[in-house]
Amino acid sequence: MNFISNVAEALPSYMTPLVVTLSATVFGSLFALVVAFGLGLMAGSRLLILRGVARTIIEFFRGTSLVVQLFWFVVVIPQLFQVRFDAVIIVAILALGMNYGAYAAEVVRGSIAAVPQGQLEACVALNFSYWQKMRLVIIPQAWPEMIPPLSTLAILLLKGSSLVSLVGLADLTFHAQVMGRRPDQEMLFHLGMILVMYFILSYLVASGMRFLERRAKRGIGQEPVATRRPRAKDAVAVG
Amino acid sequence: MVQFEDVVKRFGDLEVLQGLNFSIAPSERVTLIGPSGSGKTTILRLLMTLEKVTSGVIRVEGEPLSHMKRGGQLVTANEAHLRQVRKKIGMVFQQFNLFPNMKVMRNITEAPIHTLGVSKDEAHERARELLDLVGLSDKADNYPSQLSGGQQQRVAIARSLAMSPDILLLDEVTSALDPELVADVLDLLKDIAATTDITMLIVTHEMGFARDVSDRVMMFDRGVVVEDGPPSQVMGQPEHERTRTFLKAVLGEEA
Repeated sequence: MNFISNVAEALPSYMTPLVVTLSATVFGSLFALVVAFGLGLMAGSRLLILRGVARTIIEFFRGTSLVVQLFWFVVVIPQLFQVRFDAVIIVAILALGMNYGAYAAEVVRGSIAAVPQGQLEACVALNFSYWQKMRLVIIPQAWPEMIPPLSTLAILLLKGSSLVSLVGLADLTFHAQVMGRRPDQEMLFHLGMILVMYFILSYLVASGMRFLERRAKRGIGQEPVATRRPRAKDAVAVG
Repeated sequence: MVQFEDVVKRFGDLEVLQGLNFSIAPSERVTLIGPSGSGKTTILRLLMTLEKVTSGVIRVEGEPLSHMKRGGQLVTANEAHLRQVRKKIGMVFQQFNLFPNMKVMRNITEAPIHTLGVSKDEAHERARELLDLVGLSDKADNYPSQLSGGQQQRVAIARSLAMSPDILLLDEVTSALDPELVADVLDLLKDIAATTDITMLIVTHEMGFARDVSDRVMMFDRGVVVEDGPPSQVMGQPEHERTRTFLKAVLGEEA
């Protein structure tokens, strides 16, 4: 039972890196959601200026790689502007949030645009303002449709968070590499450790999102559908 | 109450309304008839501000709807002006357009609470009266998806009445319903016509209903008014060949 005792021995040292990965994922996702709604609503606006600003930001963050963005946020910007970020984790959360938020903005915009035209006309007939229309009618109907693609993005963000190790943040990936290089340790063993840990984490994210989806569908009087044919908008490009 | 002055509406190259002039008196019930594509629904959509006029002016209670006065001139209306004039107008749609994310009660109460500033208690009380009127008191806690088409349309009528409109626009409100559900909705509308003094503009293919409920029938064809008068005249002794052909086609279907 050499293997089990190895795991038991190594596990405590993974707790702090796990917290780093979890924080980057949870806070990165929350920030991404804020970015997604902000940019998604702007991108669906009738006003050209709002649309233009949103499109520029979305295309910029989708069009450049997350690794490059991380280096810009952590290394280049502080040097260019003579500022120092001491908390690299905050910078990592911002970069992850902007990057995945840009993808999610398209999900938000698309789901809002998919709400039937008749609903918008009813809002005009009942004299709702823009925010009343969004808050009371459109977003509650678009939300259940957003959850499956957002769930995919949340899992991608979790795994994308491993890139923060490149800018020196001691997350799971970083820790496994450090441990694996020690002369008394096996690299394969530590890569196996984080493989399983990432899998469990993404399974938890997926389960949580399925729960949210069921609840959201009940909230609009729909029975949850266990399996369904995938729709085009479920597909999300991999960053 | 409602005035159309040289109203032109174009969609691309298609001129849907060709310089329309007419006015509607308070409490008048006017039915718009005519072949599809004749511009009837466009008139309702213009009044509801779902479309903008290409040229001309629409007035509601003397106020220009699509325009507002600024420095003595009429300019295109902004959102604030539109929200002000929309208060007087309600609309019931062919496809009901109830909000699927709200139960029946909230469908009726949200707009009065949020756009008219009515208190919650007041809005709920009024909604219960209206549900009683449309015969759906027991459905307040159902989602629209749990109701039949006819029931949904009656909720939609209650929802529009909750806003206490001066003018009610009814856009082919029975066209999406199964035949056996049509009568309930028409009876309800006759009831409302008999007990209120709301001005009504009705687009319908139900000629019997049009005859019963309207003071006036306007026959449209290709964006112009072909004939305009009481139902007994327009539908009983139509003067124009086009009206006769249209009525024959519609009534022929019913017979």
